Amino acid sequence: MSGDKHIFAIMEHIQGAIKPGSFEVLTASRLLADQMGGQVFAVYLGPESESEIDCESLIQYGADRVLILRHSALASYTVSAYLEALLPVIESRHPEVVLLSASIHGKELAAALSARLKTGLGSDCISLDFNSAEGLTIRRPVNSGKAISTLVYDSTRPQIATLRANVFRGAGPDASRSGQVECIEVQISENSLSLKVKEVVQETGRNLDISEARIVVSGGLGMQNAGNFKLLQDLADVLGAAVGASRPVVDDGWRDYSNQVGQTGRTVSPDLYIACGISGAVQHLAGMSFSNCIVAINKDPNAPIFSVADYGIVGDALEVLPLLTSEFREVLNA
Amino acid sequence: MKIIVCVKQVIDTAAKISVKDGKIDATGSPRVMNPYDEFAVEEALQIKQRKPDSEITLISLGPDSFKEVLKKGLAMGADRAIHLHDSLFDPLDNLGVAQVLAKAIQSLSFDLILCGRQAVDDDMAQVGPALAILLKMPFVSVVTGLTFSDDFTQAQITRQIEGGSETFESPLPVLLTCQKGLNMPRLPSLKGIIAAKKKPIETLDATAIGFDTGSEGSAHVKRIDLSLPPERKKGRILEGSLAQSLPELVRLLREEEKVV
Ligand SMILES: Cc1cc2nc3c(=O)[nH]c(=O)nc-3n(C[C@H](O)[C@H](O)[C@H](O)COP(=O)(O)OP(=O)(O)OC[C@H]3O[C@@H](n4cnc5c(N)ncnc54)[C@H](O)[C@@H]3O)c2cc1C
Repeated sequence: MSGDKHIFAIMEHIQGAIKPGSFEVLTASRLLADQMGGQVFAVYLGPESESEIDCESLIQYGADRVLILRHSALASYTVSAYLEALLPVIESRHPEVVLLSASIHGKELAAALSARLKTGLGSDCISLDFNSAEGLTIRRPVNSGKAISTLVYDSTRPQIATLRANVFRGAGPDASRSGQVECIEVQISENSLSLKVKEVVQETGRNLDISEARIVVSGGLGMQNAGNFKLLQDLADVLGAAVGASRPVVDDGWRDYSNQVGQTGRTVSPDLYIACGISGAVQHLAGMSFSNCIVAINKDPNAPIFSVADYGIVGDALEVLPLLTSEFREVLNA
Repeated sequence: MKIIVCVKQVIDTAAKISVKDGKIDATGSPRVMNPYDEFAVEEALQIKQRKPDSEITLISLGPDSFKEVLKKGLAMGADRAIHLHDSLFDPLDNLGVAQVLAKAIQSLSFDLILCGRQAVDDDMAQVGPALAILLKMPFVSVVTGLTFSDDFTQAQITRQIEGGSETFESPLPVLLTCQKGLNMPRLPSLKGIIAAKKKPIETLDATAIGFDTGSEGSAHVKRIDLSLPPERKKGRILEGSLAQSLPELVRLLREEEKVV
């Protein structure tokens, strides 16, 4: 087993429900392991026991082994408890690579791991490659997506990377795969608990997070007022999309900060981004220009947003949106 | 309360950049304080308003031009600044930067360290968390809310996460990386700019802080290429009346792009 190049894929979950980004991390890990010739460990931290975790799915998405690190203090994520649970297994099993989601928790934990282990980190990666001479090569957007940097690691291990959501989706589960499950009862000291979780609020229902959604419908100042965001929400409901916003919309209090797309907001890479009444300032483009397909609706034919859009409609968003919603509703039977 | 705020300089966010010799070329573009660091400075100032005996120390690692952001922070209202400046720091990666900062900060006393949630040039979101780990102190990244107990010994910290929010309680000292939503950074006032001229900026090099290039000076990640993102293919404006263009758009998104 030593000598083999294993990958630790750190799973994120909400009380046992694995987050979509973690399945992407598994997908990426599988591809990498096939190039490197090692095993993929889906590492799950929490109070849950094997029967409460969907180990089957983790294996089908690419894990050779599910490694459960179990402790009651892992019920909510805290970086210190996660570190204390993870470090001993990393130090005893020497994974070559540790991959995490580029989420708030994933990026925080990755930075902390790299500082504890004194090894290299690449965050928010959009591609991973392996060759036996250099090890892992990663590509990641810098300067808010205005450039792409390619990084290699030095000889310290593990090589740590966080992966941008929606970029590593792959073919999905493979029901023919098999794997093993192992559970370790870990130790968490009082010391790791000096930072206490007081409250975790999960928004439920239709408030899909914009960085995780496959479709984002976004509005700018061209939407005229907060009330008109209902038109975007209606379209989003039909498409199963999340609603984003430009910065002035957030600054004016029409939408919550967590919806802001751009350089000082969230970065999204959905399959489809529909920009309505957004001019397309560089700071906005920084947050969405890696979207797979971009549609712009703007009444100004010279708006810069059209220069990045795959499809454009020149028109009044307030007029276009209800028609577009009913058009989709019809074909989708939603 | 003794507050340390880590700041750096970045290229103005509105700047168009090009790539020359594997490096970002933004000659002539204005430089600004990293926007997230402004939230950190502002938060420190607001704490000082509530607790006037507080002292705010800015610290920045970088080339000579980084003095500009220290001056800006002092003009906003910080009390003093430390500039870590040495060509030996040039090859450092983010972990190396955190190590130097940790070295410099170790000899100071502090109750709170504030950083930006990430720098909008490298976008790595690494220095703040790494600094906390190296200083062996609790930390929370991407913070949007901060309050203190009456005696300023405990902090209540809130942040937005994907699809929700979290609230933590921590004893001091604690390190926080600041996110938009925490506050509205002020602009330096004229009075502040004048006052800043009298405030000290202390410059320290590698020797002064006892930085060991052997054990701490090598980077764990190395950039081998930098390129502009691929150009997006030329888009199409769907002409005609909405009665024609919208069904066509829906068809394209479903049948050609297969994204709906
Ligand atoms: C440091 C810094 C950071 C920033 N970070 C961000 C960020 O993270 N995200 C961000 O978005 N911005 C950011 N900005 C702001 C950015 O520069 C722009 O000001 C902002 O993106 C503009 O928002 P907007 O497109 O909604 O508004 P505007 O630029 O005012 O554009 C409104 C658009 O709506 C169109 N319009 C008007 N009425 C209609 C209608 N009825 N139907 C259709 N179209 C209509 C107009 O033609 C126009 O194109 C940042 C700026 C700075 C300096």
